Amino acid sequence: MFELLGIPPQVLFGQLLLGLINGSFYAVLSLGLAVIFGLLNIINFTHGAQYMLGAFGAWMLLNYLGVSYWWAVFIVPPIVGLTGIVLERVLIRRLYHLDHLYGLLLTFGLALIIVGFFRQFFGVSGLPYPPPPLLTGGHNLGFMYLPNSRAWVIVASLIVCLATWFIIEKTRLGAYLRAATENPTMVGAFGINVPLLVTLTYGFGVALAGFAGVLAAPIYAVNPNMGADLIIVVFAVVVIGGMGSILGSILTGFGLGLIEGLTRVFYPEGSAVVIFVIMALVLLVKPAGLFGRSA
Amino acid sequence: MVTDTNPIAMTAVTSVGAAGMPRHHLAIFAALFVFLIAAPFLLYPIFVMKVLCFALFACAFNLLLGYGGLLSFGHAAYFGMASYVSAHAAKVWGLTPELAIIAGTLVAAVLGLAIGSLAIRRHGIYFAMVTLAFAQMVYFFSLQAAFTGGEDGIQAVPRGYLFGLIDLRSNELLYFFVLAIFFAGILLIYRIIHSPFGQVLKAIRENEPRAISLGYRVNRYKLTVFVLSAALAGVAGATKAIVFQLASLTDVYWTMSGEVVLMTLLGGMGTVFGPIVGAAVIVTMQNYLATFGDWVTIAQGTIFVVAVLLFREGVVGILAKWIGKPL
Repeated sequence: MFELLGIPPQVLFGQLLLGLINGSFYAVLSLGLAVIFGLLNIINFTHGAQYMLGAFGAWMLLNYLGVSYWWAVFIVPPIVGLTGIVLERVLIRRLYHLDHLYGLLLTFGLALIIVGFFRQFFGVSGLPYPPPPLLTGGHNLGFMYLPNSRAWVIVASLIVCLATWFIIEKTRLGAYLRAATENPTMVGAFGINVPLLVTLTYGFGVALAGFAGVLAAPIYAVNPNMGADLIIVVFAVVVIGGMGSILGSILTGFGLGLIEGLTRVFYPEGSAVVIFVIMALVLLVKPAGLFGRSA
Repeated sequence: MVTDTNPIAMTAVTSVGAAGMPRHHLAIFAALFVFLIAAPFLLYPIFVMKVLCFALFACAFNLLLGYGGLLSFGHAAYFGMASYVSAHAAKVWGLTPELAIIAGTLVAAVLGLAIGSLAIRRHGIYFAMVTLAFAQMVYFFSLQAAFTGGEDGIQAVPRGYLFGLIDLRSNELLYFFVLAIFFAGILLIYRIIHSPFGQVLKAIRENEPRAISLGYRVNRYKLTVFVLSAALAGVAGATKAIVFQLASLTDVYWTMSGEVVLMTLLGGMGTVFGPIVGAAVIVTMQNYLATFGDWVTIAQGTIFVVAVLLFREGVVGILAKWIGKPL
């Protein structure tokens, strides 16, 4: 078998695969943030907690009701999205007339409350979520071993990302959404219920976070803190990509995941900070972000 | 160009000239001073010192948020890194406490310069995210670097001899040292706020494009206040390391950044005395709820939500409205 710079290919491709997995989560989560930011102009700090809610949702369905993973994939995201809709209607809505930073502070507080409750009642040690039978095992591709669970995460997030792109860029509903992002007053004047659109958009973005959480459940332990550090990396991803473009968010997410994987092969000590270093470089060269409009 | 101003900062216009301190401020400072002189005999001195460190931290943060209109979500980086450096300097290099604190402060200032010069390239929400991300980078560095002791932190830091003479192992003597640092810091911040520099900051906060059109080099002002705020946060962190004889990952983690935002929000952004009140309330709450585990986090989250929805001016901000004078 060939070697690359003294690195066995199994290691290289293994880490690249891990990078793609992380990239899938970055992509789905930053996509949710971008969709929410586009219309609501707030950064949803609760996103990490809602990702955690998705994983716990799957865990609870399995352990309390015996509902399998495959059902959870479809049931949990709408439920998490629904909790988001309640939050938007009851709390977040009240801040639209204020500086956007208040939205950040409010959602940060909400994240503390949600994570605090789950830590209090489920502990911080993490709960195991056994992968369903279909996701155990894997395929030998010759140059590497591809576990089914990981292939599924990548394929599923790609599908969801592209479906989101399709809805926003190619459907009538998406056209309303894009129009409302540009000028909500005008769109309202055409008889479209903009507040409802805002609520649904927030619910959809939150559902994306919940979906990422369900995907994460079998591969990482289900843990109240699982979203906290991840969301900060996703913020960096969002700064790097800029939130102007849907495809841009997806590309940036997967790309940064790959770069992180490569760093883990060649300079493991740097893997935790490589995304932040890239963020610093992007701020120097193109402050608006790779796909961002200058703001 | 961003056109939105930052109403996150209070709009209360101060009637104070740059020259003198208005009488009611002087009275509050005097009362605070008398109370803090008496405090170690009434309360547990270590507890009061903790409040003082966090109050200075919150005031330093408020300088940036309340007067500069810049929401940094990564102030733990300066607080925590300064605390590591000061602990290391006191323990390994054997520096006297005042030199160790100066070393920590300098490092915080340099870190603030590096992060600040990148972060001010973005505005508003992005600025908050960028500062948070860089602070997380500092956290990962602290987790991996050899001198920070990883998960253990730097323990058993000697309090040492102040100026090589005064033994700070006595809680009472240490208390007055911390009190002196606290008052020096607060008065410096007060001076900055009410200087011409501070007035320009407020102008930038209220309307950045207008400040630019008036010929001010806005970015230079923003960076200066960022570095000042980081350095003063560093003073607080470095002092805390000497008081508790410990520097740990808690001080550099994002939860600490959130706490200082909460203290400032609760007390009153853009008020002189608000952050002190906010810090006292939050530290006291943490002390009483310490045995209830994660209920502290839940309580803090709840205060955040309630404060953002119901009293954005903060406790002191509301008081200031009642008496009709800036506090």
